Amino acid sequence: MTIDTASAERAVAPAARAIEVIGGDLTEKSLRRYLEGIPGVDAVGLEQRAAALGTRSIKTTSKAWALDRIIELIDLTTLEGADTPGKVRSLVAKALVPDAADPTTPRVAAVCVYGDMVPHAVRALGSAHANGGDTGINVAAVATAFPSGRASLEVKLADTADAVRSGADEIDMVIDRGAFLAGRYGLVFDEIVAVKEACRRENGSYAHLKVILETGELNTYDNVRRASWLAILAGGDFIKTSTGKVSPAATLPVTLSMLEVVRDWHRLTGEKIGVKPAGGIRSSKDAIKHLVTVAETVGEEWLQPHLFRFGASSLLNDVLLQRQKLRTGAYSGPDYVTVD
Amino acid sequence: MSRLAIPKTYKLYIGGKFPRSESGRVYEVTTKEGAFVANAAKASRKDARDAVVAARAALSGWSGATGYNRGQVLYRIAELLEGRRAQFIDEIATTEGVTRTAAEAQVDEAIDRWVWYAGWADKYAQVAGSGNPVAGPYFNISVPEPTGVVAVVAPQAEGSLLGFVSAVAPALVAGNTVVVIASERYPLSAVSLSEVLATSDVPGGVINILTGSPAEIAPWLASHADVNALDLLGAGELDWVDLQIAAAETLKRVSPPENGPDAGAPRLERITAFTETKTVWHTKGLL
Repeated sequence: MTIDTASAERAVAPAARAIEVIGGDLTEKSLRRYLEGIPGVDAVGLEQRAAALGTRSIKTTSKAWALDRIIELIDLTTLEGADTPGKVRSLVAKALVPDAADPTTPRVAAVCVYGDMVPHAVRALGSAHANGGDTGINVAAVATAFPSGRASLEVKLADTADAVRSGADEIDMVIDRGAFLAGRYGLVFDEIVAVKEACRRENGSYAHLKVILETGELNTYDNVRRASWLAILAGGDFIKTSTGKVSPAATLPVTLSMLEVVRDWHRLTGEKIGVKPAGGIRSSKDAIKHLVTVAETVGEEWLQPHLFRFGASSLLNDVLLQRQKLRTGAYSGPDYVTVD
Repeated sequence: MSRLAIPKTYKLYIGGKFPRSESGRVYEVTTKEGAFVANAAKASRKDARDAVVAARAALSGWSGATGYNRGQVLYRIAELLEGRRAQFIDEIATTEGVTRTAAEAQVDEAIDRWVWYAGWADKYAQVAGSGNPVAGPYFNISVPEPTGVVAVVAPQAEGSLLGFVSAVAPALVAGNTVVVIASERYPLSAVSLSEVLATSDVPGGVINILTGSPAEIAPWLASHADVNALDLLGAGELDWVDLQIAAAETLKRVSPPENGPDAGAPRLERITAFTETKTVWHTKGLL
């Protein structure tokens, strides 16, 4: 595939990280050369490694720790066309008190909603809203024409700015997969940089930016690795696997390959980037496999809410059932958790 | 040259599939004299847990089917049982050490009992339900509805196929889904019945069959919060009072063990034991 010379020489937005790693003359071409110079992924090795990590047996006290930690890492999500302020309020109630029968249950990290639901989520959280602080629950908003990302840049930026103005602490943006697959890395790069800028609040601080790669549409592990680098270079604080609207969503090998990029970036610059697998993680067992993978790939210090999240809705109930089993010694059932 | 016989692997039946036990354990099934017959899977508490999940998932479909439809599906099982008569007779004669005639009689009675229960599927609601006279212009109707997921301990003594059918069929008729612990000593007819079920029209998960130790598995089912009822028909040898106490924790409906020659005899009460009565009021037209 060739790109016409004019666009290849086009300078892309001067993002600090990219300048540091690639050099001062950032163009579509230099970006492309850098990304395509990244070694490919050994797909068989990656899947075997992921499968091997998934066989670890986590029992008793380790399991109890893992279950609580999973809850603390959850972005409790509702992203339906049928969402209402009432549904967001009940989501927030669940985020605050996941298990009414057990007050020792920790709270989730954040609630994740569509942009227009942010004010309702903020109001429902009240004093429990983290609002940039270290304690409390964050409000994450999906923006940039989620889930497809098919809208003009102006619309995407307005979408983002609106959510930030309404009080969103975190923005989950989608990349333009069409442009990425067509090799227009510069376009994707510029968009992320622009959205990052739109995350700027009036007081000069920034909402956390999670970049959704939608790995289910990227087809190869090589593309996932390249897109991860691209998102980090452009200034993403988090890289997120999927929107949850496309299957396959977050598989263990995909999360592992993204974690490897994060690990390499940390070795290169000392900077810690977050990872958020989202979609398809429904059981505690799957979630524990992810915890093992994180601990073994980037280290246990990543197992905290500002560096690792699960994007999930039904996962929380399964974790609560497992907690109840550990507490009472008897298997629990769906009658003992909320219907979402 | 003599032919090398291919022995059969007797596995569990969960959610319409034939898994080995999650624990990897098996135990020996022997003849009355103690000679080896087969290895059967020894189910663990996690197999029981998986079976409950499968039964729960199958409940809405099975209880939502019309009584007529359930009756047809159950009758078809009897047809398939008839086709496998010889296999059941062989297995019963080998493991229970009875004569062929006695084994034949048992299989015939089991099939007949299955048909008897199948016939009730679209009729028991008329008998167990009622139209209640009330002081007002209302229809007041009580109808039995299935309790939900029923955990069953099948009879453990000889007469394994007949006991199994007596334990399982009535709960199914009403639209419940079941997790059943088969006879520990004589599990072969239960496993062969699962092969009949897999090729019949019963949706996967409606009947889940565990082989192994009832003493080990039953307490987990009795305390399981997602099990709605406990049929202790064959639990006479177990510490079944403790099972009742565990079941009371989550308000399960419990049916006590039965002993003697009439244990599990076919009767309408076996069907209605695992139903809940729903009463609705409906206004009459006043014209």
